Amino acid sequence: MTDLSPLPETSRAAAVQEIRTPGGLKAWLVEDYAVPLVAVQFAFRGGASQDAADKPGVVTLLGGLLDEGAGPYDSGAFHEAMDDLAVHLHFSVDRDHFAGHFQTLTRNLDPAFELMRLAVNEARLEQGPIDRVVSQLVASLKRELKDPDAVASRMFRAAAFPGHPYGRAARGEIDTLGKISRDDLLAMRGRMLARDNLVIAVVGAIDAATLAEKLDATFGALPERAALAPVPPAVMSGVGERLVADIDVPQATIRFGRPGVERDDPDFMAAVVVNHILGGGAFTARLFREVREKRGLAYSVYSHLQNYDRAALVVGATSTKNERAAESLAVIQEQIVDLAENGPTEEELAKARKFLIGSYALRFDTSTKIAGNLMQLQLEGRPAAYLDQRNRLVAAVGLDDARRAAKKLLGDGRLLVALAGRPTGM
Amino acid sequence: MTVSSAAAPQPAAAAGAQGAAHAGPHIAHSRLDNGMEVVVIPDHRAPVVTHMVWYRNGSADDPPLKSGIAHFLEHLMFKGTKTHPQGEFSQLVADLGGQENAFTGHDYTSYFQRVPREHLGAMMEYEADRMTNLVLTDEVVAPERDVVLEERRMRTDSDPGAELSEAVQAALFAHHPYGTPIIGWGHEIETLGREDALAYYQRFYTPENAILVVAGDVEPADVEKLARETYGKIDARGAPPVRRRPQEPPARARRHVSLSDEKVEQPTYERVYVVPSARTAEPGEAEALEVMTHLLGAGQTSRLYKQLVVEKPVAVAAGAYYMSSSLDATRLWIYGVPAADVSLDDFDAAIDRVIEDFLANPPGDREFERAKTRLVADAVYAQDSQVALARWYGAALAIGETIEDVSGWSARIEAVTPEAVVAVARKWLDKRRAVTGYLLPEQAA
Repeated sequence: MTDLSPLPETSRAAAVQEIRTPGGLKAWLVEDYAVPLVAVQFAFRGGASQDAADKPGVVTLLGGLLDEGAGPYDSGAFHEAMDDLAVHLHFSVDRDHFAGHFQTLTRNLDPAFELMRLAVNEARLEQGPIDRVVSQLVASLKRELKDPDAVASRMFRAAAFPGHPYGRAARGEIDTLGKISRDDLLAMRGRMLARDNLVIAVVGAIDAATLAEKLDATFGALPERAALAPVPPAVMSGVGERLVADIDVPQATIRFGRPGVERDDPDFMAAVVVNHILGGGAFTARLFREVREKRGLAYSVYSHLQNYDRAALVVGATSTKNERAAESLAVIQEQIVDLAENGPTEEELAKARKFLIGSYALRFDTSTKIAGNLMQLQLEGRPAAYLDQRNRLVAAVGLDDARRAAKKLLGDGRLLVALAGRPTGM
Repeated sequence: MTVSSAAAPQPAAAAGAQGAAHAGPHIAHSRLDNGMEVVVIPDHRAPVVTHMVWYRNGSADDPPLKSGIAHFLEHLMFKGTKTHPQGEFSQLVADLGGQENAFTGHDYTSYFQRVPREHLGAMMEYEADRMTNLVLTDEVVAPERDVVLEERRMRTDSDPGAELSEAVQAALFAHHPYGTPIIGWGHEIETLGREDALAYYQRFYTPENAILVVAGDVEPADVEKLARETYGKIDARGAPPVRRRPQEPPARARRHVSLSDEKVEQPTYERVYVVPSARTAEPGEAEALEVMTHLLGAGQTSRLYKQLVVEKPVAVAAGAYYMSSSLDATRLWIYGVPAADVSLDDFDAAIDRVIEDFLANPPGDREFERAKTRLVADAVYAQDSQVALARWYGAALAIGETIEDVSGWSARIEAVTPEAVVAVARKWLDKRRAVTGYLLPEQAA
């Protein structure tokens, strides 16, 4: 199904320099001098799935603490130094990754990279900042205790991945966050921040030689190998279940989903196309038309493919007034079953392909977005050439492929459904 | 199709696309014969273009009893025209792999598409078409009204924090329509119909009232030619529509609003002052307010964060925000989340002490320079996003600012003195001009 013959468009891959530093680090660089900025996005494989079952939140807490004092600077002095240089530096954590986001003006290149080096290697992890960030996480979790969106997604996650790291609270629990010690954080940093699980993408006004030197200084002293706990593959469970959390609000927030298609499945791109037809981001998707435009059942309704390293899902969400929640779900269910059984029409398929091909360019319009995409491709194990292959893969999805992928993705159409609100007539 | 209030664009970062630190893009500005303004922001890094049309009317121009009509019409603008029936425009954008949306603020309504550059002309043709040829039937209006009611339920009616903010704004403005939510009050949205929408459309959707902003891989002369061939064909109406807004009387009483709800597990705090905007302030005052608010409450080096969250922790979060971009007098927020054992009254008193200390011990040179560095650098970072630049210029023009107001912003921030910062803090952080909002768990009611 894969036709890799060139389409008449400019090569994105050609702009990517794959560099290897004298210290042995690999990175992708796009040199661009239009704006005097440099953006770096990097990620360590690992993420919140490395938390112990009885102590969730360690990785997230670590992510909140690397810029809270490092090397010669305490927390306040470190933030003053960042402000003096107008550096953007923060860390984020998802299920499978611990990521760093950095942006600087080129005139502050040297001292800005030095701050990043300190955060990555010499974060102090002092008790004062630990207590503060824990209290901030606890407050944010408390705010979400009875928030319909948060309640529905917690319920969905727990039912989808019981006993698996993906079923845990990535940001920890209100009761256990306070038990995380400095030693827990040091141990996690030692296990996760290493060179063999690191990917780096850089976009902006910097040449390869200068960058190589900066990257070796920033990451070269990290341990060579990470010591990650294996995360078992998981197939989402709970399909066919319908869970309701009672919250006194006029609207029911609905999450739904079922197992998806893995990234390395030959039908993955066809599944992307099928999902776009079902509930993708445009105002032309089936769910948008049937739920919102025709019936006025909801403001927001969508579906997307959720691909973790060790699990694949197709998930969606909407919010409908309690009295019409059952009707909304019925419409969604009907569309899913129809797409699974009959596949998309030739016209739907053609339009979806056009959209996905044309919209790829909009992912590459700011330096931080370009760097983020280059980081993501490396995490997925794709070559830079994929930047040019991707649209050909979309173009190659035929009607038979889409039908097969729709069956694989949507199967018998049964869903795990989690509702928060006071839906009636369910 | 969204409401944007707190998310309103900030010239704060806009600016100085032409600041001293770096020469930014050259902005072209012209006007069509029918009165429509045209702004072009070249950005040749990617072969894409951002096309926006801004109308100088927002929710604060909603007629009495018709709150929400600006936002409702924004939704209805996607329902098709005589020449292009419902769905055709969206389908075209989707076929191109483009993005589209619209948003309504207190002072403006804006529509945009992002597409490959060669399709700019088609976007302009469709957008010009729906400026005058909108067709509405009850069949499309009724379900869309339900969509808006669901939007309101989702954003506000299911979220006690959002309900409190709505109550705070309503208390803050005794007379001015900024006190009414952009999306409208539920009981009035329910009554809005086809005739209301068309009357509003006839009044405000005119070339004299519109601003075209195009950012991307284009040349100004080409854009201006396309604009003449599309928007330029629309007949002038003679004069731009007049905004008639009740203005706010002097504020004399401090107000307090409190909302208790069983869904609240974590108390939160906000205090909102009415202060001058970039449009209503004396020269230099809005810039001084910007720097003052940054010093007081932007990020971890700010006074509020350092004193209330780090040094003697009575809170887990504290900050401040000034929304300078506003046609009439605007708002300055101080907000926070108290620590577990701290009452909102004690937190309120702690904020007062930070402000008193700010006046008694104004920022020294380093602290002052740090704030300016960050603010001016944001203008350079902004150049990385053509959408951000397009929004900042569009929003500024829509409230009556000029291109020069925006491009000269960095220089004006650089010119702010420590004395001016203390002066605006003393003058405007007056509790008689403020509403305090408490969000509380039910048992504390």
